[in-house]
Amino acid sequence: MTFLNHFGRYVLLLKSLWVRPEKTSIYWREIARQMVEIGVGSVGIVVIVSCFLGAVVTVQTAYQLTSPLISKSIIGSIAANSIILELAPTVTVLILAGKIGSNIASELGTMRISEQIDALEIMGVHSSAYLVLPKIVASTIMIPLLVIVSAFLSIFSGMWVGEFTGVVSKQDFMTGAIQYWIPFMANFALIKAITFGFIISSVSSYFGYYTEGGALEVGRSATRAVVVCCVLILFFDYILAQLLL
Amino acid sequence: MIEVKDLNKSFGSKQILKAISASFEEGKCNLIIGASGSGKTVLMKSIVGLIKVNSGSIIYNNDTDFLKIDDAGRKELRKQIGMLFQGSALFDSLTVEKNVIFPLNMFTNMTYKEKMNRVNECLDRVNLKEANKLFPNELSGGMKKRVGIARAIVMNPKYLFCDEPNSGLDPQTSIVIDKLIKDITDDYKITTIVNTHDMNSVMEIGDYVLFLYNGEKYWEGHRNEIMNASNHQLNDFIFAGRFFREIKEQNNKRLSDEKNN
Repeated sequence: MTFLNHFGRYVLLLKSLWVRPEKTSIYWREIARQMVEIGVGSVGIVVIVSCFLGAVVTVQTAYQLTSPLISKSIIGSIAANSIILELAPTVTVLILAGKIGSNIASELGTMRISEQIDALEIMGVHSSAYLVLPKIVASTIMIPLLVIVSAFLSIFSGMWVGEFTGVVSKQDFMTGAIQYWIPFMANFALIKAITFGFIISSVSSYFGYYTEGGALEVGRSATRAVVVCCVLILFFDYILAQLLL
Repeated sequence: MIEVKDLNKSFGSKQILKAISASFEEGKCNLIIGASGSGKTVLMKSIVGLIKVNSGSIIYNNDTDFLKIDDAGRKELRKQIGMLFQGSALFDSLTVEKNVIFPLNMFTNMTYKEKMNRVNECLDRVNLKEANKLFPNELSGGMKKRVGIARAIVMNPKYLFCDEPNSGLDPQTSIVIDKLIKDITDDYKITTIVNTHDMNSVMEIGDYVLFLYNGEKYWEGHRNEIMNASNHQLNDFIFAGRFFREIKEQNNKRLSDEKNN
């Protein structure tokens, strides 16, 4: 019952976003601001996470492929495919869900309990459209871009770590990565990233926008938003894999 | 004028507003008073449409029932409303200037220069000339309230709502804010509705006073009538403080002396 209640309110929130903006230029400016906050603001964490992800995948794959009968280039193939199919679009996004999701939920939650959302309504501004729509648009654009950055960084860090530790040469790594490359994998990763970008921003906005109570509830909303986002990301990760691969 | 008729509101099984009817006078400072939990804020938020009531009607401009108009009509009507919230509700990420200019950016096609002139005019009106570039967290409680008032009047509203404008302020600043609300009401001929439980405000600015008790209207009238009102609950509320109790006792003593002489 609670799930249906939440789902119904979530759908109504999304429906309420389809209104004519009071002033289109202000909405565009807000989208640009959110793109900077969500996209540029997350580059640091994406760089750190991606570098370590690529390095760990390469080292662990090499650890498991000890047979002299298996070509070293397979390491590059497995690492690159894992990165593009799963690690960049899912693991990176799970980490982004923590950062962006909690940020959105706490921002909207604070605005709700300090009556800033009521102030917007009193002015005649459609508060959900003005506050939530730019976040969803920005997140759905920027998260795929961050995933692309993450995929490149992970592959290059894996290649360099392989070379540095001597488990696989740069040439072998890249040969493997290119040899078993299927272009659809990139499309699949982007489809996942767009879906996850939408989930993170819309679900976090829902929990933040409907926060009730005081400061404690803002924290609870942020935590709930991150947990639900992570579960939904993993759920849709499976659904998309089942449907598209 | 704003007229509310038979307004009822419940949260679950608890009825907060019980058949409230009142007429808030045009161009006057109307006060809603009552103890905490008496339904003042719920009534005010219902009048501006932030809370949906169960039944009743809210008539603006003598003919528009706020509860029966569509979203577009409601949005238009809201452009005639300014509101000062209890916690000021300033946008944290924007400077004072950007807070005040926000409605102008959203709803007008004025040039930047025209908008800035209007912003400075409003900030001057609330005696905040040097605060344009400050953020809300750099302001005192009284300054936040003044910025809130500046933002509320920037669109030249017909109606000004103030929810507990003196909460969290020292007595001196409270008097300044009260005077500001009264002056703005008189200068711009705005219909103002103020929620308060501050008796100083009642005596200073209340042209029309509505007293709520447990969600019911118990008394209404002018501030001059309030000291001699015979309503038991109203007297308990007004004379809860020693200061007003002593005034009442002195007043009674004077009347009895005059009678004896």
